This record gives sequence, C-alpha cells and structure tokens, in this order.
Amino acid sequence: MQISGAQMVIEAFIAEGVDTVFGYPGGAIMNVYDEIYKQDGFQHILNRHEQASIHAAEGYAKASGKVGVAMITSGPGFTNAVTGLADAYMDSVPLVVVSGQVPMSLIGTDGFQEIDAIGISRPCTKHNYLVTDAADLPRVLKEAFYIARSGRPGPVHVDIPKDVTAQIAEFDYDVALELETYKPHVKGNPRQIKKAMEAIAKAKRPLFYLGGGIINAKAAYEVRELVHKTGIPAVETLMARGVLSHDDDLLVDMLGMHGSYAANMAMSETDLVIGLGARFDDRVTGKLSEFAKNAGVIHVDIDPASISKLVNADYPIVGDIKNVVIDMLEQSDKIHSENYESWRETINNFAELHPLTFHEDTQRLKPQWVIKRVGELLGDSANISTDVGQHQMWSAQFYPFSRPNQWITSGGLGTMGFGFPAAIGVKAACPDKTSINFTGDGSILMNVQELMTAVEKKIPVINIILNNNFLGMVRQWQTLFYDKRHSETDLSVQPDFVKLSEAFGGVGYRVKTKEEFDAALKDAVEKNVVAFIEVVVERFENVMPMVPAGGSLFNMMLLEKKERK
Amino acid sequence: MTENSERRVVSVIVVNEASVLSRITNLFSGRGYNITSLTVAPIPDSKYSRLTIVTSGSIRVIEQITKQLHKLIPVLRVYEHADLVEKEMALIKFPISENISDINTICEAYNGKIVNSGENVIIAMVADEPKRVSHFLEAIKRYNPKEIVRSGAVALER
Repeated sequence: MQISGAQMVIEAFIAEGVDTVFGYPGGAIMNVYDEIYKQDGFQHILNRHEQASIHAAEGYAKASGKVGVAMITSGPGFTNAVTGLADAYMDSVPLVVVSGQVPMSLIGTDGFQEIDAIGISRPCTKHNYLVTDAADLPRVLKEAFYIARSGRPGPVHVDIPKDVTAQIAEFDYDVALELETYKPHVKGNPRQIKKAMEAIAKAKRPLFYLGGGIINAKAAYEVRELVHKTGIPAVETLMARGVLSHDDDLLVDMLGMHGSYAANMAMSETDLVIGLGARFDDRVTGKLSEFAKNAGVIHVDIDPASISKLVNADYPIVGDIKNVVIDMLEQSDKIHSENYESWRETINNFAELHPLTFHEDTQRLKPQWVIKRVGELLGDSANISTDVGQHQMWSAQFYPFSRPNQWITSGGLGTMGFGFPAAIGVKAACPDKTSINFTGDGSILMNVQELMTAVEKKIPVINIILNNNFLGMVRQWQTLFYDKRHSETDLSVQPDFVKLSEAFGGVGYRVKTKEEFDAALKDAVEKNVVAFIEVVVERFENVMPMVPAGGSLFNMMLLEKKERK
Repeated sequence: MTENSERRVVSVIVVNEASVLSRITNLFSGRGYNITSLTVAPIPDSKYSRLTIVTSGSIRVIEQITKQLHKLIPVLRVYEHADLVEKEMALIKFPISENISDINTICEAYNGKIVNSGENVIIAMVADEPKRVSHFLEAIKRYNPKEIVRSGAVALER
C-alpha cells in the first residue's frame, strides 16, 4: 500500500506488536505525532523530558523482555535523549528510538533545531540510521527491531527528516530481512561446551558467575536448573539480581565493589570461574591481576568482543546463554554435587564470618532496614527500580529478589535520574505488580518532572526516597578517601518532598519511624496513585563491604564487628 | 598495558553505505586505538568497500580491535594479516632544477618513475613496501622535495 513515511512508522510499530510508546513531540516529528493522534493500535505516554522517555522505554523493556520504543524530535529533543541511549547501550537494553530531523533540504545548514543526531548517537547505540527516502523506511524499521532484540541487545536509533515522514511510498512490512553482515552466533560450539563441562567435572572449587546477559537471554530458569543439578555455588553481578531466588542455598549474594564478603572471597578462592553473560566489569573484578587469580575461566557470552576483553577465557563459548545452558545441562551427568560439599562449606563459613548485615544503632532509621522491610511487606509482588548511589547498592544487597526482570537498575552508565521514569515504564509493562522506585534525595530531583507523567497517565509508582541530606555515595568516598572534605555533597537545602508530590497531584509522606513507614507504604499501595515516601535516614551510613577502587576483591573494608548487637 | 605493541595490518570489508567510514574511525578513537594509516576504496562489482588499516597494539588490543570491528553492523569481514603482500604509494614533487636523471634512477630502484613534468616542478611516483617507501623518502631528501604524499598501505593475504 502507498502511505506516508509517518504512517509507516505507526504501521511498523503495530506490526511489531508495540503496545506502548514513550515520547515527546516537537517540530520535526509532528507528522508522525499527527498519525499517533489518528491511531489506536498502541498507547502513547507523554513524559515531561526526553531523557525520561528513553529511561521509561528501558524500564518497559527490562521488565517485559520486549523491545522498548520511544519517539522524540530533532535538536534538543534528541540531545536530551542521549543519556538514555548511552544508558541502554551500556546495559544492553533493546530499544528502538525514532527521532525527527530537519527536512533533507536543510540538513547541514545549521537549521532550526538541527543537530547531527546520528553522528552523536553512533558511539552510544548498537546501530543507527538516517533515513533519506521513505521507500527505505519499512526495511530500516524492520531491521531496527531485529537488531535491537537479537544477539547482544541494544538501542537502535532511527533518524527521519521531516520531509521523509511526509513522503508517500510503498509499504510492505512482510519482507524477509537480508542482513548479510549481521549474523549473531546463537548456538555454542559443541566441542568447546564439552571441554568446558570436562573442566567443571575436574574442578574442586568451581563457581558460577552470573551476569545480566542471562536475563536478556530469558535463560534464568535454565540457569537455576543447571546450578541446582550441579550443586555449584553462584555469585551474581548487580545486573543479574533475580536470576537465582534470594532463598536459594546456592546463591552467595552479589560480588564486586559492594559485594558480600562471602561472594568476593568465593571468587578469590575459586579454581574455575563459570561466567554466564557477565562481562568482568571493573566494579566486579577490582584489581584485575588479583581477580580469581588461581582459577580457570569459562566464559559464555553472545558477544565475542566481551570474551577475553579483560580476563582471559580458557574456555570461550560464543552463543545464546539459553542454548548453551541447555547443552550444558545435557552433559552435566559427570558433575556430582557431593564433590563440592567442602567448597560449599567453606563459602558458608565465609558468610557466617562476615554476613551481609547492618547495625540498627542510631536514633534514625537505617536505609537498609527500609529496603528489607519493603521486601518483607511486598516481596515478589513488587518490581524494584532504583536510581544511582548508596540506595541502589543497598537495594541490590538487601531486597529479596525472587525472579528475573524484577530488578531494574542503571548498571553500566550509572545514571542518576533513571529510576522514576524507568519505574513508570515498568508499571506500564507489568500493571499487576507494584512498581517501587528506591531513590535518594539527590537522584530523585534529576527527573522529578515525571510526577506529572505518572499523575496524568495514572501510573502509581511508589518512590521511596531514602533521605540522608547527602549525595551519599560521593559523600562516602569523600569520608573515606578525601579526608572528610564533603565538597558540594551536603544536600541540607531541600524541597518539601511531600508538598512537591502533592503539587503535581500525587501523595506524599514524610516518615521517621518504623511504624510511620509501614503505615505510609500500606497507604500508598492502597491509594494506588503516584507517591513519594520520604524516609529520614541516618546521614552517615556507609555501604559496606567495600572494595576500594582498583583494590583486590579480597581486600574489603568491612562493617565493624564490635558494633554488632 | 605492559604487553609489547606491534605494528599490524587489518583489512575490513564493509557495506559501501553512508557514514560507514565514520563508524570505523569513531570506534578507533572512542576505544583509544591507534590508526597509523587508512585507505578505502570500493571493491569492483560489489556493494562492499575494502579498508586497509595500519594500526599498532598488543596482541590483546589487536584482538579487541578485530572483535569490535566485527561487531559493527555493516562490517562483513575483518582480516588481521599475518602473511601478506603490502604496498604503499608515494608522490613527490621536486623543483625542476634538481638532477632529474638521478631522481629517476632512485625512483626505479623503488618501483617508480617520473610521472609528470611541468614548467617549474616534476612529480615522481614510487610504489613499494611501506618500510621501503620510508627508505626512499630518506634517500631523496637531498633533492629538496617540495611536497610528499603517501597513500597509506594496502595489503593482500598471500
């Protein structure tokens, strides 16, 4: 059929099964917004800033496992979205982001709201397109969705000049994709898998090192099966929380800079690292030369470039985690759980020596208590988003995650302001779950305008602001490494968060005690509207354990024992 | 990194489309890799172009470069050459007052000759291995070359 470029965008979204688009209109994208007005195939959620649109699409994608979609205009609309694109790129989030561009005749003339969008998005997207002919749009959009969700997922940016959205051309979405130069490996090499399984059978102290790639590959339940069948203990990265359930005996918590003592010691003592969809990030490994020093390394990843990038892999396996884990399961008969009994014991001893805990030794509430309490009250029924900082690490440490896609956080880029819009996307994807955003008094102000989005669209996100009147994580580093010179991190001057939420039409609570917190959370869940629960917490609480940047994983600063009750 | 840095030649076959070259060069600059020289031309009768990139780095860095290049969507193939035939061209402009027959003789020793002569200048061309081109440029210094253009290396696996 002959339709306009703008109509093609709508038709392609509908053909891809898109049910929610996040975005913000503007001059160059108006033709497409005109078609959005006329259609009823999907809902459009108007965020109040383009960055929030991308984070919302990320939250949607991470919670649903589908491709998130966002739409923005040219110039400042696009540049506002760049942080979101970079965030999605670092965390391998499948997105298709469509931006308007000035008409072809104005490109290169410094036209109004013109910027070289694909020049800017190139290093922070998996791929991008500038569409110069509407006849190319069906192919480009189809490729964009395919590239975004296949292989190692990532954001794909499609930039469309305004005249191209008005141009009429033939639309046929039912064409086969011909991407000769893009063919992701999906099956792992059987010989490599066999060798890896032999290595596991020989190992005395093997350790699963689980990464966010497992969640992207929708392989968490297969991984659970493999872990249980082999009886090999497992550590998770920040992005992998929820792959194993919190009550799994074989889960040794999160590892890394703020990993548990047991997880970091297990990684330091193991003789065989079995890495599944993890990328040996510097926040995980600490000092590289000391990381799992005496261990062989099996590394399964869909992205060949992730393998042997930082840590040399003795058994590299390129492939989709799900396929590889299914193959591994078939060959796991020679691996006997009882062989690892003493290894599991060793790890349990580590955990008993320095358990992941905190001290309730001040008048003020401890932030960790708040997170644990939400876990007790809501548990599996909530999806948990976070912003970035101390509250994020405490959430990763203390929330009882029970399933994949329950945990939505900005890992690689560490984007403050991610949490609230992401939680809106999460709620749009999973309306039957409570959408919680753990945030800090610093982070929440970075996308606070999303109160309006949540109120307008009746998206009841509960923001739990752990307020220590500090930019807490930076303050922690200043306390520990900068001789307590708290440069520009004291956030004593603050808005009235209760009134702020109410001003937009949400509800607000300010709580100082456990009883007040319980009552506020209960009320917010019942009211089912967007909420701010400001929790006044201990100002100087540090995230512990901590591996100082560049230090060895086994050299942790630990919670002082003598204070324990 | 403490590992030894080595000169390497990498050939990349890419779809000949808009902005593909900037994808490649962005990758090098963004990840801190070095480009010594780069040549590009379309492959006859195909939709692909061939890039020859001379770079340097440790084995690990070269391996990453190869993998990262391959990860780019329009990249069809990446060859990291071990056994190759490598050639580079240079054009050199001399004042006509210099000893033309000497220059011509030296050019011939490096697969070259004088290719143009004008009122005030002559232009010579050589095509040889990059290292030999460098030797040649040393040898002709005393003839006061006014301008020198090197093409960058092209290479084929043996």
